[in-house]
Amino acid sequence: MSQPFHFSDPKRARELADAIRILAPREPVKLVHVCGTHEIAITRNGLRRFLPESVRILEGPGCPVCVTPAADIETAIRMGEKGAIVCSFGDMLRVPGMDRSLESARSQGVDVRTVLSADEAIRIARELKPREVVFFAVGFETTAPMTAAVAVDNPPANLSILTSHKRIPPAMAALLDLPDTGIAGYLAPGHVSTILGTKGYETDLARHRIPVVVGGFEPLDVLYAVALLLRQIHDKTPRVENGYPRAVSEGGNPAALKLLDTVFETADAMWRGIGTIPASGLVLRPEFERLDARRRFGVEALEDEVEIRGCRCPDVLTARAVPSDCPLFATRCTPLSPVGPCMVGAEGACSIWFRYQGERPL
Amino acid sequence: MTDRETRITPLHGAGGELMDELLARLILPRFGKKVSPQSDAAGAARIGLSALDDGATVALPKAGELVITTDSHLVKPIFFPGGDIGRLAAAGTLNDLAMMGARPIVLTLAAVIAEGFPIVDLERILDSFAAALAETDAVVACGDTKVMPAGELDGIVLNTTGLGIAERAVSDAEFGVGDVVIASGTIGDHGMAILAAREEFHLSTELRSDVAVLWPMIERALAVGGIRAMKDPTRGGLAAALNEMARKSGTCIEIDEAAIPLRPEVVGLSELLGISPLEVANEGKAILVVDPAKASAVLAALRSHPLGSAAAVIGRVTDEYPKRVILSTEVGGRRFLDMPLGDPVPRIC
Repeated sequence: MSQPFHFSDPKRARELADAIRILAPREPVKLVHVCGTHEIAITRNGLRRFLPESVRILEGPGCPVCVTPAADIETAIRMGEKGAIVCSFGDMLRVPGMDRSLESARSQGVDVRTVLSADEAIRIARELKPREVVFFAVGFETTAPMTAAVAVDNPPANLSILTSHKRIPPAMAALLDLPDTGIAGYLAPGHVSTILGTKGYETDLARHRIPVVVGGFEPLDVLYAVALLLRQIHDKTPRVENGYPRAVSEGGNPAALKLLDTVFETADAMWRGIGTIPASGLVLRPEFERLDARRRFGVEALEDEVEIRGCRCPDVLTARAVPSDCPLFATRCTPLSPVGPCMVGAEGACSIWFRYQGERPL
Repeated sequence: MTDRETRITPLHGAGGELMDELLARLILPRFGKKVSPQSDAAGAARIGLSALDDGATVALPKAGELVITTDSHLVKPIFFPGGDIGRLAAAGTLNDLAMMGARPIVLTLAAVIAEGFPIVDLERILDSFAAALAETDAVVACGDTKVMPAGELDGIVLNTTGLGIAERAVSDAEFGVGDVVIASGTIGDHGMAILAAREEFHLSTELRSDVAVLWPMIERALAVGGIRAMKDPTRGGLAAALNEMARKSGTCIEIDEAAIPLRPEVVGLSELLGISPLEVANEGKAILVVDPAKASAVLAALRSHPLGSAAAVIGRVTDEYPKRVILSTEVGGRRFLDMPLGDPVPRIC
């Protein structure tokens, strides 16, 4: 394939690997990214092979489906039991909930449909009027603007939104406050950063003095961002740096940010496996409460925290373990019969390691 | 026209007058006349389809091996860019024979059709089947039609059994360390074209399925010699085919990602959908494992046929990790390429 610039060029990759080796400290450093697409890029291209032994890179809470609390899944199911059509992204379906998943609820007769976007939920609502349709809105700042766009665009009266949208920067800050995480730097997600801009991380991470580099998803993008991170660590100049300038700007996407601010306000939110993180959730502003599925169906807030015995998803989501540290990984827990959410979500570290054999760099 | 002239009804599968009419109108004109080129040759049918007997006869070869294979075909959508279920069914079975190194001689054709299925669609499907068959010397020897009540079946299912003749059949596992792995053309075209054609994605692309009859190309490659094993990477794609071959042979197959022929549209769609082109079906491609001394001659033979113009050496057989497939990634990384888990599902970010 001819491209003006070849993002898998092996020669450039070797040059970056040399830079990484020179910049890498002797003592072990742990870098963390928070995006399933980064884990896919790293694992699928075998990029860990380019890192010296002292440099590890782990996925933190980078899978929106995986961090969605079991209580939200149960809430969606109860709305379905009250007669609503529940529209959900496909990889949410098999995530274990409190004692059932959307998929098992569907087999019991709850009308659950998979959609690829909020737009599709609108189409279903228009077609099946007057049946109530609930859009189960999951995702970080990349997907939240699409939900916001639906909210401001006069959606049909029979559509409501169950929002479980989350903000990634507060989660990055929260991980640093947890014991035993030992994070030396963050590879920040390119997709989310097209919306937030590099500025979007500064407020939440201000008190932490942690190196942050926004990275893209091509193999060379990832290696380049890792090199920039190691340089910040080496020079002791922690800041938010843009390693993906061809897609990400300092101020982000102002239209999307304005839309988010119009529709949502921040609130404390529960993250599965991590706990409650202040100001990390996006909930509908009072002006949009008519769209709030929780109000429309009167489903009370449920108490959460389901622990799955033996499953180390909480450690994987907080970058305290890699999937192969879990005794259930690839033994009792596989994508075909998943035990924990990290094996279900397509962006989950366990699912990615299983699919692309991440457990040992060859 | 009455309904039963335009749509399939339960009576069309009931063995009575209406079924005879269907056979006379649709089947015999397409498949009843063709006879084997040499009527005394192996595979020639003394009692063939047009006899409409309880069975058909096939003359036995004097030497060599008879190869038999069967496959049921269902695809959604039934008509897709680059082909339809008729072409898919014929090519699928003919290709299974070709991958055994066998010249196709006889096919059966059984159709299970949903009540109400438009007869014009059935005619289109049968035309495609006949056109694909015409690319070889094989004939349809017998067949069957069943109709299922509306709602119990989505459209149509075709089953084909094929018979072929090989001097010595080629397996998919009798190869060893040092052998060379060749792909006969671009990978992932069929699977990606089908995914893109599914209406929920609202995609428009020029990409077409690669569904094709491989025998004419394979015949040229077989004439060169040195072919140790062959397999068509259908369901599960290249990843599944290579893993099966590595497991059965007990060897390690190492693939060079940069050498895999891929169309730019396939690369683009795979990035958009988050689905690897190595894990989706091909319907007109072969993977050949070849004696290294013959590799360039086999490659030249494949490239001499239009279907093989993009043929390339994509890897070799080693003993590094027995029963595993290794992918040397384009950027210079290395990882195992494993058996796909099931039907790939698009990623949602």
